[in-house]
Amino acid sequence: MNTPTDLLYAKTHEWLRQGKEGGTVGITDYAQSALGDVVFVELPKTGRKVTAGEVIATVESVKAASDIYAPVTGEITETNPTLSADPGLINREPYESGWLFRIQADAGKNHALLSASDYSATLSS
Amino acid sequence: MDTPISSSPLASCHAELGARMINFGGWNLPVEYTGLLLEHQATRQAAGLFDISHMGQIKAQGAGALAALESLLTNDPAKLRTGEGHYTFLTNDQGGVIDDLLLYRLGPEDFLLVVNASRHEEDLRVLRKAQNNRALFQGDPGTKAGMALQGPRAEAILAQLLPAGETSPMRNTLIESKLLGIPATIARTGYTGEDGFEIFTSLEDGPKIWRALLEKGKPMGILPCGLGARDSLRLEAGLPLNGQDLSPEITPIEAGLGFFVDLSRPRPFPGRAQLEQAKKNGARRTTIGLVGQPKQAPPRHGYPVFHNGNQIGEITSGVPSPTLGYGVALALITTPAPACGQDLEFEVRGRRVPAKVSPRKFLLKK
Repeated sequence: MNTPTDLLYAKTHEWLRQGKEGGTVGITDYAQSALGDVVFVELPKTGRKVTAGEVIATVESVKAASDIYAPVTGEITETNPTLSADPGLINREPYESGWLFRIQADAGKNHALLSASDYSATLSS
Repeated sequence: MDTPISSSPLASCHAELGARMINFGGWNLPVEYTGLLLEHQATRQAAGLFDISHMGQIKAQGAGALAALESLLTNDPAKLRTGEGHYTFLTNDQGGVIDDLLLYRLGPEDFLLVVNASRHEEDLRVLRKAQNNRALFQGDPGTKAGMALQGPRAEAILAQLLPAGETSPMRNTLIESKLLGIPATIARTGYTGEDGFEIFTSLEDGPKIWRALLEKGKPMGILPCGLGARDSLRLEAGLPLNGQDLSPEITPIEAGLGFFVDLSRPRPFPGRAQLEQAKKNGARRTTIGLVGQPKQAPPRHGYPVFHNGNQIGEITSGVPSPTLGYGVALALITTPAPACGQDLEFEVRGRRVPAKVSPRKFLLKK
């Protein structure tokens, strides 16, 4: 499984990339592989205030619907506009063009996210 | 209560192929090999090979076997000639479905029941109790290796393993033959809406036949297929899944499968009076097909269904159809049911999604 070391991870298989534009969130390679071919994505509305651990999106494959949790507390600033036309991007490029949404994390909140190695360790147990 | 997990006799084949395994009704079975969509498409366009070793086999043999089955099953076993099989139900006293199964006649008083893994033990208990004749019904779980070869190329692939000059069985019939010289029971049936075969052989010979079918089928595009594709294929064909679309609380009439309840014969069977009443006067509930739209949330098991704003029932099975590109579902609703083409809604995570009533066979026959 591909687990880039420059990202932070939630135990629930979301990744977070901190950048100038805020935090970008997607699902991990492990998650997309377990879910199978993604056929539908439901994303949160821009401007929505979310709390870490809250269910805010759904990714569906033929097999199942899978909940996506907010990895941090903050506000949704953008969603990936290309996913509704091509949800398979999540399978093909889970860490790049298959991102789900951007989030501006609230300042001063402590977020219990994992490093790549700690996240990888949760997969092998 | 923990049920011990049974391992398939084809487990070594699945490991070689790198299958993702899951626990299904107490069996460790492949859910996916190369990917559900690829496997689904291979079965529709060429061929798919499925492990069905979990499917139970019960033999009913000896004097009184026919009479016993006539008094227990909804479809009339007396109609079957030797070598023929049909779909039928084992019902409870209310007419609810204990199990749906395929019944084959092997001789005048010799029958084979192919049953759902999760209902196998219960079926045996019910059959034996009803007859007070344990010897009549034999067949413990896990005694055979089973595989389903399905798809438009299935016959051409099977032909390469059959003895020279031997033809494959006709639809809904069963033969005892040999594949690669190995004794095998071959029935022309399936659970995908495609032509195909269900093949049963000994536990130790199963892997040889499995590997040979994949090898012979390779130039024609065969893929090994998991439970994921099995479910999407059967639902596109409008075929019910026991435990979702059928249960002890749902009658065959309510499931829309009254065709397999034969009331033309005199002998009673469990729930006959209720089923007769429902056939004559209509049942309180019925099962409809429901289709969604592309780019909408797909229908899934358990979602409520609405007509004109009122909840009329719920989805028993639903899937985003890989062939059609939109959701298809079976829904158990109160009668009178809205006609085909009428607008419905189903509820997904608190939102209503538009849908329409559809025939339950979602794929137009080629």
